[in-house]
Amino acid sequence: MYSEDELLSLSGIQHYYFCKRQWALIHVEQQWSENMATMEGKVIHENADDPFFTETRKNTFISRAIPLVSYRLGFYGIADIVEFTVSKSGVEVKGRDGKWLPNIVEYKRGKPKEDERDIVQLVAQALCLEEMLKCKIASSDFFYNETKRRVKVEITEALRNQVVILSDEMHRIYSERITPKAESGKHCKSCSLTDICMPRLTSKKASVANYIDKYTKAGGDGN
Amino acid sequence: MRHLLNTLYITNPDAYVSRDGENVVIKVDNNEVMRRPIHILEGIVCFNYVGISPGLMRLCVENNVGVSFLNEYGRFIARLSGEVKGNVLLRRTQYRYADDKGKAVSISKNFIIGKIANCRSVLSRAIRDHGNSIDVDNMNHVLGNLSSALEDVKKTSDSDELRGIEGEAARSYFSVFNNLILQQKQDFNFTERNRRPPVDNINALLSYAYTLLTFEMESALETVGLDPYVGFFHTDRPGRVSLALDMIEELRPYMAERFVISLINRKQISPDGFIAKESGGIIMDKDTKAAFLTAWQKRKQEEITHPFLNEKIEIGLLPYVQAMLMARFLRNDIESYPPFFMG
Repeated sequence: MYSEDELLSLSGIQHYYFCKRQWALIHVEQQWSENMATMEGKVIHENADDPFFTETRKNTFISRAIPLVSYRLGFYGIADIVEFTVSKSGVEVKGRDGKWLPNIVEYKRGKPKEDERDIVQLVAQALCLEEMLKCKIASSDFFYNETKRRVKVEITEALRNQVVILSDEMHRIYSERITPKAESGKHCKSCSLTDICMPRLTSKKASVANYIDKYTKAGGDGN
Repeated sequence: MRHLLNTLYITNPDAYVSRDGENVVIKVDNNEVMRRPIHILEGIVCFNYVGISPGLMRLCVENNVGVSFLNEYGRFIARLSGEVKGNVLLRRTQYRYADDKGKAVSISKNFIIGKIANCRSVLSRAIRDHGNSIDVDNMNHVLGNLSSALEDVKKTSDSDELRGIEGEAARSYFSVFNNLILQQKQDFNFTERNRRPPVDNINALLSYAYTLLTFEMESALETVGLDPYVGFFHTDRPGRVSLALDMIEELRPYMAERFVISLINRKQISPDGFIAKESGGIIMDKDTKAAFLTAWQKRKQEEITHPFLNEKIEIGLLPYVQAMLMARFLRNDIESYPPFFMG
């Protein structure tokens, strides 16, 4: 179990999955740089025009901006939307009669990613909610803004294990305060931190000593 | 690489700068004379006395636009800064290295290597381009001095010795500096570097250029999360931006000295634009400052290939790139700090 002081931002898990260095730059070095993608993300989250606006139906109610924490994973964060549906196998919820089963709905701009970076974040959210409400969540949803579609994700054992492994690694790197070297590749093109990261700097064996020699040799000016 | 935006220099002593929505509005005698959206700006430098409104200050902080106040002579008065940027760990490393004599001197060596190498490049380029109209023998002699100074810097591990080598190299370099003046020679005559106050036209121009460069370096260091006040070569002194001064050493020949020389040689500055004060100090008049700043802003937009990164950047981004490289070095991504070398 982690202490309150050791908690890491849950949203970091998607950054970490995408690129360990990107995560460290944002969460360890506190660097942040907005690009189109992150700006869009903000706008979507602030958008009032969303399909979940009808708040309460007979068997469901919707709650927004739910604070999350898991001391087992050492994560804290916020879930955009959680839908609660009446269910005998559900849990009691403060201020509501009956028993309810939570289902997270996570907003994402764009469309489903090819990798699992969004999925691990959703699963981490589910694990937090399970720990807080003492329940078991079998599945949760994404809502993708570009396709205007819901996509259901089963919270499988394999995914749960993967999230635990990622959280262990993140806490280890965080406690060492070391920013991992860049593994530069195609993903660098869509990263908002390339200027700060300078991925080629750590990947190429750029020798400063050779560089200085080249420009200081007798009479030379690098030509 | 990120984009270079504009810096707004406000030189009219009667100008008042305020906010209207997302715009920066300049007024003189309550009449609007200029209006610019905040997002096209990188910094505002006020040489004026009337000042700027608190509302605009907030807009600048929120949009990461640096604001500096200088007096009419270009002397630094104050700077507006928002939340402390970046990471406490980076600053701690900076302070630890600054306190560690061995580390401090080894970083300082790279600043000075950059500086001397760039002085050498300025002189060799002048010989290459104007060999028939300058005193080549004398210049070559100085080039030899600079080359051996470079070797001495590489060998030393003592900060006082490093200061000595640097001072000697600078004296030698400035002893032939007047050779670089090819136009308006009777009005622009350089004998030695002086600064408090500058007593000739060239020194007045140089001081102005160093001031702007220091301000830009300081903002760049803030942007990457370093503390501009804690240096490695310049020691701490209240109010002195030692790290910014350290890091402009290598940029001075390229960004300031060569710039001043070309202002004179291209006759972008006329000798009439200088006023000699009773004390012997020389100051520039309003139009000369304006011409200087316009040319400075234009020069910043020229593109070069950064020799270490091998990436195309605007000259105005050099302070930012070097600040970034310093941060990357302190974070252990590269084995030492790579100074900027002009090609």
